[in-house]
Amino acid sequence: MALDTAAGTTPQKSGSVRHYDSASSRVFDVLNVVVLLTLAAVTVLPLLYVLAGSFATESEIDSRSFFLWPRNFVTDAYDYMFSTDVFIRALLTTVGVTAVGTLVQVMLTLTMAYPLAKRNLPGRALALNVVIFTLVFSGGMIPTYLVVRNMGLLDSYWALILPLAINPFYLMIVKSFFQELPEALEEAARIDGCNELAVFWRIVLPLSKPIIATFSLFYATAIWNDYMSPLLYINDESKWTLQVLVRQLTAPNADSENVLSQLDSPTFPQQGLKFAVIVLATVPILLVYPFLQKHFAKGVLIGSVKE
Amino acid sequence: MLLPGLAYFALFRYAPMYGLSIAFKDYVPFLGYSGSQWVGLKHFEELFTGPDFGRLMVNTLVLALLTVLFVFPAPIVVALLLNELRLNVVKRSVQSLIYIPHFLSWTIVASLTYLLFSADFGVLANFIHDIVGGRQTDYVAQEEWFRPIIILQSLWKQTGWGTIIYLAALAGVDTQLYEAARVDGAGRWRQFWHITLPGIRPAIVVMAILTSGHLLDTGFEQIWLMTTSLNRSTADVFDTFVYYVGITQGAFSYSTAVGMFKGVVGLMLIFGSNWLAKRLGQRGLF
Repeated sequence: MALDTAAGTTPQKSGSVRHYDSASSRVFDVLNVVVLLTLAAVTVLPLLYVLAGSFATESEIDSRSFFLWPRNFVTDAYDYMFSTDVFIRALLTTVGVTAVGTLVQVMLTLTMAYPLAKRNLPGRALALNVVIFTLVFSGGMIPTYLVVRNMGLLDSYWALILPLAINPFYLMIVKSFFQELPEALEEAARIDGCNELAVFWRIVLPLSKPIIATFSLFYATAIWNDYMSPLLYINDESKWTLQVLVRQLTAPNADSENVLSQLDSPTFPQQGLKFAVIVLATVPILLVYPFLQKHFAKGVLIGSVKE
Repeated sequence: MLLPGLAYFALFRYAPMYGLSIAFKDYVPFLGYSGSQWVGLKHFEELFTGPDFGRLMVNTLVLALLTVLFVFPAPIVVALLLNELRLNVVKRSVQSLIYIPHFLSWTIVASLTYLLFSADFGVLANFIHDIVGGRQTDYVAQEEWFRPIIILQSLWKQTGWGTIIYLAALAGVDTQLYEAARVDGAGRWRQFWHITLPGIRPAIVVMAILTSGHLLDTGFEQIWLMTTSLNRSTADVFDTFVYYVGITQGAFSYSTAVGMFKGVVGLMLIFGSNWLAKRLGQRGLF
């Protein structure tokens, strides 16, 4: 009787079926929490430092090596930033290109993925292979550059959008998602007199909200963060995006002097500006992140776990 | 409905592949793709016998090797540690925080690196200096620090996000297996060794195949942003070399040949490792 109770209580006490409450096991648990919390701290501390630095005075940035809260809270860097054309223009450019680009990318991806998900589509295998091959091979930087140049897209905002319009990997994931949708729903809509377009618009899209949200974020992040496209395709300084500006301001060579000399004001918070421009280029993306976080883990997994 | 998408693939994915033909020509923009003179393998010979090839190959391969050794296993280790966490609150907050850097651009990561490591007021540089003493080192400008910094950046940016795929695989492991193992008297370590690890092996194989295809893709933006005139002897890799030669110097045909060499090696690697995975009794990608 006593033996029975002892054997019966141990698993219940541990809560999970997986763990024994041995001493070494508990030591491991404590260490594990410490290690992972350290990891999280290492990840986030540089970002918090930059945020704090962007609100600090020049002398504080120079004298204190690391801080998470500025001694004197000032907005000099931001005041200066928003009093110049350079930063406002770059911000508007980046927001505009990201908004239009994401719309184009999501539309193209959805409209291509939907027919590809239909198993009776003529030529489907060929079309899928056309897509899949681009996952493992590409023309590369220079041939792509020449295509963009020959189309007359250099120094055009479209050069930042069109070459990246469909990510083949995302396309395959969205296709898998559409394949999982119950066929019966679409059948029912067709019987009720919906044409193909109406089925897509009224039935399929509303069911796909989580995945649309996920890939909108992914696409938007990719365009917002893109540095290679502006580097390759944009020479006109008035069309610079935020990422280019970040680079110009923080690069360790002559680049930064060029852009700094453009800012004609004799006194401006030189160090603070570096911190502030990083914050400006980071915050918008991080603001959407918490809202979409619960969706994207799901979105990523749909295509990757299944075939 | 398929047409706009197919048009995109034709224009921006397959037209550049057709453009690869200029690797076998002396491309003159004025004459166009078909008007330019065929020169056979001239540009490839120039690449393989030229002074740059050895340096580019070594730099690219060393970075690839360091990536395989450190960057590839990191998410697996972190995912396994997260999986052993009993406190769900800790688990979820750690996850949310370590996903963040994935959403930051390489420009931001490079700028952070300069802020933290540069000699004039870099925090970490000063910190290390205070401990080690000696002369102040400008880590971001020195070629022997180039590779460690690149690997640190990759670890910082990608480890957290990389755990997602492994955590999903871990969540798919049947809990009855653990129960059965416990009844048979398996301790925590043995459960880990005989159930958890085999449970995520397919995910590891798939990720390994995918990674192998991109071994020579050193990440153009990351390397380019960390390259300075002082560290180019270790920093130059195929990707950035293509940019310097092609865009900066306008040698379109030669740089296309360099890029094509890299692309073809990548293609062989991905098929090779897929074949190897199947030979070793794992499920391949295709």
